[in-house]
This record gives sequence, structure tokens and C-alpha cells, in this order.
Amino acid sequence: MSDVLERVTKIVIEHLDVDAEKVTEKASFIDDLGADSLDNVELVMAFEEEFDIEIPDDAAEHIQTVGDAVKFISEKVG
Amino acid sequence: MFDLTGKNALVTGATGGLGNAIARKLHAQGATVALSGTREAVLQELADDLGERAHVLPCNLSDAEAVDALPKQAAEAMGSLDILVANAGITKDQLLMRMKDEDWDQVIRINLESYFRLSRAALRGMMKSRWGRIIGITSVVGVTGNPGQTNYCASKAGMIGFSKSLAQEVAARGVTVNCVAPGFIASPMTDVLTDDQKSAILSKIPAGDLGSGDDIAGAVVYLASQEANYMTGQTLHVNGGMAMI
Repeated sequence: MSDVLERVTKIVIEHLDVDAEKVTEKASFIDDLGADSLDNVELVMAFEEEFDIEIPDDAAEHIQTVGDAVKFISEKVG
Repeated sequence: MFDLTGKNALVTGATGGLGNAIARKLHAQGATVALSGTREAVLQELADDLGERAHVLPCNLSDAEAVDALPKQAAEAMGSLDILVANAGITKDQLLMRMKDEDWDQVIRINLESYFRLSRAALRGMMKSRWGRIIGITSVVGVTGNPGQTNYCASKAGMIGFSKSLAQEVAARGVTVNCVAPGFIASPMTDVLTDDQKSAILSKIPAGDLGSGDDIAGAVVYLASQEANYMTGQTLHVNGGMAMI
């Protein structure tokens, strides 16, 4: 879990160019981290590549926060 | 100007006259090209002629799965896919009152749906690298209309609307989406016209002559280049003045 959180956080920081302290589990990509809808798509693509998993569109829609991403990915890779 | 060294381009319909000219010109500007079409021998002949930096990727554009997979195959063959030229197209001309479902479906599938599928599959890599060029070869009749071509004109107008929408979606990622709209281009199809038919056509073209594949390829090279960085969602009409839009 902590490993997933670490890797997700790294991707989010790199992709959205935000400060590390802003990337908390509760942080919403769009509301708190300044992402637009295209950024969200790109983040999901980046998660897919990083963890070598497939995130279906209906699941991707529900990944709104860093915590959502960590939870979904942990379940997939766990 | 228009140096494409290091860029990797996929050209569909490379067996046709227009696709052949486009592939040659992109290649001449330094790009690596992946040639796609249905007739493998014709593609191979072109690749052999071009020599280095040419790959052959046969694909049937009416097969959705094959179309979805094509950009990935191109990226694997060349290392990346930076420039997509969706040039393949067919006609099934018929007055609407006599048009069969399959004439409509086939034209929409090969001309328009494949453009959607190719673009969607090509985008992932382009977005990641923050650079990409999607170029759809449409037609002047997609804007002016033409009797007997409701299906073809709908597909070509559809490509233009698609390109404008996608251009807005991805502009901030360094990916541009544009169309080139040829007018009457000399081809095996126009070679068989009678002199009367030809002069009727030419009377409507201020330039007084049919266009060549090279005329179209020049516009494609421009749109593919770094120089066209700020150009997106546009349609370049290359038609000798027959329609000024």
C-alpha cells in the first residue's frame, strides 16, 4: 500500500507539477491539484503503465482523488 | 524548412497515388515512414524504392481491430509514432435514392470511422511526448457537396468536424489536428475520363489544370512540420481555386 502511494504520488507530482505536500490521499486531482479532464485521462494512462494494469473507463471515472487511485491500484496489484 | 528528420510517420492508403506521393515527400524531408494499405506487394515496392527508413504494415481498414492495432504496430516498428496521415478512402457513388445500406456503411467505416480509430490509438504516445501531428486527407466535396456522393461527402465533412473537435481537446499537449482537402487530382481515375468530361471539369478550375499528388503532399509536409506548430483545427484547401472557402 505504502509503495503504491509512493509511486502514485510521484506520478502526480511529476505530471501535474505540484508541490509534494499538496499531494495527500484526500487531494482531488481536479479540485485541489489543478488538473483538467485531459490531465485525468493522462494520469490514468500513467498509472496503467507504471503498474502494468488496465483501468477500465467506468473505474477511471471514479478515480477522483489520490486515495481513490491508490485504493483501486492496490486492489488490482494486491 | 520543414525538416522532418527523426520524426516517424504512418501513412494509410499508401498504395494509392496520393498516399504514394505523401509518403515519398515525408520521407524526402527526413521522416521515417510506415506504409499501410491493403496490397502488400505495392507497399513493398514503394518501400524498396525509398530504401532506408521505410516500413510496410498492411492493414484492412474495414477491420476495426486491425485499425485499432495499426498505430501501435507503427510505433513498434519505428520507435514512436509522431505523424499520422489518414489518407485511405473509398467511394461508392450512387444517387441517394438508390444507395444501399452497405454503400453507406462501407464508406463511413473506411473513410471516417478508421480516422477516429487511428487517431485514438495514435494519441497516447503523442500526448506523452507532447508532440504530435494528426492529418486527415478529406476532400473539397466534403465542404461543397457533390451529387451522387452523399456517403462520401458525409464522411469527408465528418473528418473535418472530428478534426476541429479533437484539435481543441489536445492543443495544450503540443498535438495538432488538421485536414488537407484536395480538389481534382490527376489519378488513374481521372485518366479514363473523356476529353469532354475533362474540359468540363477544367472549366471550373481557375488554375486550368488538375492537381498532382505532389501538390497535396506539399501541404501535408507543411502541416507535419515544426513550422506548422501554431496551426490546428484547420483545413487546407488545395484545389487550383475551384472552391475558395
